[in-house]
Amino acid sequence: MYKKDLGLAVLVITVGAIVTLVNPRFVSPINLANTANLIGLFGLFSIAEAFVIATAGIELSIGSVIALLGVIFIDLIASHGVPWPVAFAIVLALSVVIGLLHGWLITQLKLQPFVVTLCGLLIYRGIARFYTKDGTAGFTFGTDLPMLEYIFVGRTAGVPHSVIAFGLFAVLAWFLLHRTVFGRHLLAVGKNEEAARYSGINTKRVIILAYVLCMFLTAVSAVFFAMYTRSVQPSSHGNFYELYAIAAAVLGGFSLRGGEGSIVGVVLGVVLLQVLQNLVNLLGIPSSLNFAVMGTVILVGVIADTQFHAYRQRRHHSATRSALARVSDMPPVNS
Amino acid sequence: MFAARISLDLVGITKVYPSAVALNCVSLGIRGGEVVGLIGENGAGKSTLMKVLGGAIAPDEGEIVIDGQSAASLTPSAALARGIAFVHQELNPFSNLDVAGNVLLGRELRSRPFGFIDHAAMADRVRPLLDMLGARFQPSTPASELSLADQQLMEIAKALSTNVRLLILDEPTSSLTLAETRRLLDVIRRLRADGVAILFITHRLAEVEEVADRVVALRDGHNAGELPKGGITRDAMVRLMIGRDVKQFYTPPTTKEGSVVLKTQRLRTRTYPDVSVDLDVRSGEILGLAGLVGAGRTELARAMFGIDPVEAGHVEVDGRPIAAGSVPAAIAAGICLVPEDRKSEGLFLDFSLAENIALPSLSQIATAGFVDHKAELAMADRFRTRLSIRALRLDRPVGELSGGNQQKVVLAKWLGLKPRVIILDEPTRGIDVGAKAEVYRLMRDLAEAGAAVLMISSDMEEVIGVSTRVAVMRRGAIAGVLSRSELSEEAILRLAVE
Repeated sequence: MYKKDLGLAVLVITVGAIVTLVNPRFVSPINLANTANLIGLFGLFSIAEAFVIATAGIELSIGSVIALLGVIFIDLIASHGVPWPVAFAIVLALSVVIGLLHGWLITQLKLQPFVVTLCGLLIYRGIARFYTKDGTAGFTFGTDLPMLEYIFVGRTAGVPHSVIAFGLFAVLAWFLLHRTVFGRHLLAVGKNEEAARYSGINTKRVIILAYVLCMFLTAVSAVFFAMYTRSVQPSSHGNFYELYAIAAAVLGGFSLRGGEGSIVGVVLGVVLLQVLQNLVNLLGIPSSLNFAVMGTVILVGVIADTQFHAYRQRRHHSATRSALARVSDMPPVNS
Repeated sequence: MFAARISLDLVGITKVYPSAVALNCVSLGIRGGEVVGLIGENGAGKSTLMKVLGGAIAPDEGEIVIDGQSAASLTPSAALARGIAFVHQELNPFSNLDVAGNVLLGRELRSRPFGFIDHAAMADRVRPLLDMLGARFQPSTPASELSLADQQLMEIAKALSTNVRLLILDEPTSSLTLAETRRLLDVIRRLRADGVAILFITHRLAEVEEVADRVVALRDGHNAGELPKGGITRDAMVRLMIGRDVKQFYTPPTTKEGSVVLKTQRLRTRTYPDVSVDLDVRSGEILGLAGLVGAGRTELARAMFGIDPVEAGHVEVDGRPIAAGSVPAAIAAGICLVPEDRKSEGLFLDFSLAENIALPSLSQIATAGFVDHKAELAMADRFRTRLSIRALRLDRPVGELSGGNQQKVVLAKWLGLKPRVIILDEPTRGIDVGAKAEVYRLMRDLAEAGAAVLMISSDMEEVIGVSTRVAVMRRGAIAGVLSRSELSEEAILRLAVE
């Protein structure tokens, strides 16, 4: 665990403790389960975003993809009678295609990730709305899919399955990013693409894979969201989710310049964001201030982090200087 | 036309960076009407000292005495106000402006009453300066049409237009032809006669011999010594710069050359699509690749290593052609490249020593795709010892190391792959003398162990000192190949220029 993660964990616990003191309802089982469920839902695509940010890229179409794939998933089952596992597979396949497309545009046509995924944000949202003729996609009355319900909105021992999925993918992501050769290559490409190329890394393949991975996880999260809301309003479903994801990744120590960050950090970042949301509700802060609270906490966190970093740099520098002072007290060496 | 002659003394200047001491108690004096040659290896502290003079950085200790007034540091505007002007090694003219616009940038003359730029008045102001320098271009010539030498003259004109009393020339002749260099040296003499002090930084010792009144040498951030007018000889300068005799510093490999390992067959690069390159590098030899800046040496190396696609032809290793434009293919064939710019191409400065060293061979030391941290550290430790990389910890960022140690890390990266061909692009640029000796030793060891070593270098002495053979490039083509017995600075230069 990195020092940054530790700092974030302390912040999460502090905020949690304060909320509990002011309003003990925070630790009631029902509130905890609800918050945990939201953490799971938002966590899945935040991890997804982290992989792209690690390559010094950005994925802005997450919210729109969640809406589009959600609409398609429900429509396939509700209107076309497709068995849900098949619908799930189709949605996953689509996500891989979208990821490949983004990766191809970025690496082969050398477009900027911001531009590519911003266009994606607009395009997928538009398609989602057109697909349902701006209507809401929902299950018809009396649809009974107990297995689907159980897997995506059920609980095991009181733990929502979204949380279990989040935990599972978080562990996989942690191994992938921090323990495998691919993860090291991913960070290397994000840190210095040129040097990565000179080191023999197939940088294009690494970048494309990052976008594919991102979209794949987003698709999983899209299905969880669709089942959570049970109906998808394509003009508002998933709005701004990409920004939650970016915020969580940045809180988790991922630099937008790429090449650094920890999965433990993103997980804690997601937890912090949801606890803050919860705090606004529980402390009776007007919900219109929701975003303002979140923005302030992120800003303060980032400022504290950079200041701490600068302080350590200065300390290191003065240590070097005093070492020099000791050296120059010694008689000069003549060669 | 010049103000009172300058009297400038830098006394006990010290500048410390987090990872290195750039200047340690360096002193330097210069008076109007004097040409001082400042020499020293790359990384000796010359450019840091110049930045102190130009006000770009503040020294940690020491004082700067100008005309009897002492200051702890200068700012760029204070340096300019005292008549200190710079001509940088890297020329960055504004190619969208004309010569007059460049010379008077930021001090444009305006016409009344609207304050528009008065091009005619600016041309009138600049013309006498150009005449004095013997320039063959006009104030209205677009800067984009100037040759490198003319750009240099334009920069000098710019310095003169500021009422210069001390002119600092940083490697002014590094990209000039012989005739252009002659002209520049004449300009220096004329300015000296007018009472300007000139600080002349160069690697070309013959020029220092010709024009300098005094030589100041730096080595590893220290004053290494001075030479008075009568004592300026090539050997004396080299001794001051490297602290020992050249002969024991450079030794070529002792092995007999073996079979051809690396071969390019009618290779055409993107930069010079009209010329094809046929080059052989043999096992056991160090082939020096010399030539002027822009002769296409780096481009050739990049094409051989698969960084750039090729126009035509191919590269062979041990007789087997390798796919062009693919670094992984080149590496698989046993080629590796130590790039020119180690900070942006060779290293991940924020990554640890171990991570940098292990990166190219990560798959080899991984189990089922998982990085084996112990093996990674063991490998890094092995190469730290073998290359005497001075670093206490393997888990600290490489960016904290000195240039020489960083360069050794770039070399260490490749050794784990046991390369057949190792291409080094300016491997000793900006590193200290000790590290240089170790880089040479390693190159020699690799060659003697049977690898083919190709070394691109602009440092003439280095090329002559360590190479078994030297190929000289000119405008993208191999102008000639010199055997060890034919090697001399003159022979290389004759091939490098037309």
